[in-house]
Amino acid sequence: MEEVKLTSLVRSSGCNAKLPPGELHKVIDSLPVRQSEMLIEGFESADDALVYDIGGDRVLIETVDFFPPMVDDPYRFGQIAAANAISDIYAMGGEPKIAMSLMCFPSCLDISVMKRIMEGAMAKTDEAGVVIAGGHTISDREPKFGLAVTGFADKNAVWSNKGAVPGDKAVLTKKLGVGILMTALKAGEAAASDAEAAIEQMCTLNKKAKEMAEGLSVHAATDVTGFSLIGHSSEVAAASCVSIEIDSSSIRFLSGAFEAARYGFIPEGRYTNEDYLALMVSFPEDFDKTLSDALYSPETSGGLLLFMSQRDADEYVKRMDGDAFVIGEVREKAEKKVIII
Amino acid sequence: MKTLDTSGYSCPEPVIMTKKALKESPEGLTVIVDNRASRENVTRYAMAVGYNVETEEGRGCWTLKISK
Repeated sequence: MEEVKLTSLVRSSGCNAKLPPGELHKVIDSLPVRQSEMLIEGFESADDALVYDIGGDRVLIETVDFFPPMVDDPYRFGQIAAANAISDIYAMGGEPKIAMSLMCFPSCLDISVMKRIMEGAMAKTDEAGVVIAGGHTISDREPKFGLAVTGFADKNAVWSNKGAVPGDKAVLTKKLGVGILMTALKAGEAAASDAEAAIEQMCTLNKKAKEMAEGLSVHAATDVTGFSLIGHSSEVAAASCVSIEIDSSSIRFLSGAFEAARYGFIPEGRYTNEDYLALMVSFPEDFDKTLSDALYSPETSGGLLLFMSQRDADEYVKRMDGDAFVIGEVREKAEKKVIII
Repeated sequence: MKTLDTSGYSCPEPVIMTKKALKESPEGLTVIVDNRASRENVTRYAMAVGYNVETEEGRGCWTLKISK
């Protein structure tokens, strides 16, 4: 079979393909809010998924996520898209159970490519204990793939982006720099080992990150994807009516991401994120430009960002054994939602 | 000075084009970009490899003068 470079078929990729947040909010803010008695979290809260009361102290959690490929290997693309879509259930503290697939597929591609995408996705849904029970496929010039995922949780155990309180620690469970490294990879400028580490990180489910918080009190949670660390932090800050201080020196970056950003291999989403977020963020004077590029850049299938007390954060970081790190602290609500130090 | 027009291309393409063009014209280059991401990224690249960049804003585009 002729090898197809999936990324050559698309203009933007991964969570970088999200519509700019400013544009999206113009539409969302202009639509009427519809209430349902049993709907606990709807689209007005900018949370990661909807939460619906199904009685008996249980809730249903539902999310959908799909995007164009950021890697050429269809199997890897399926893995990444599935891990990314399922992540929203983990970010709500839920246990993912069932999913439907969404596939846009070009007629110019061999049908075996579709099979490999699905096999990659199923490797991840199997790992997560999720069953893909159906889906919908349409013909499209650009390939796109993702899942609508449904999970469940106890009503009092749902994590939302509300509830972070001053003094809480912010804990991040993956490194930053995926969007930058994928841009460098597209340009043929990423070292193979750096690109592979970024792909491996995108394929990693946030299952462990969610399960390791068992018994700890998570006050607020989200996952870090297309709107960048700053963007997703600002959503938690807004929903929780606090400010979030991020200690830039404590953030971990994927190897090679800094170098790639310095040479201008930065995803377009970094600039549209800044357009929307700049007024909500403060940086120290003379802040390193490359570091701000990394903090504004879109991530794909990023880590969970959890907010918990100092004691629980210490315990969580210990349990995660090197896969989670404290990156900041919640402050009383100030002029800026996110304060970079 | 040689001129490179990257209009219609999106990142990382303009950076790759600039890198190639600078190899052929190491003394410097004029690059036309038509979006903010390209303007910023081409500027970052040129400065990272030791050039100075002067930016002029035009109608729907920018002219980047890249020189030693």
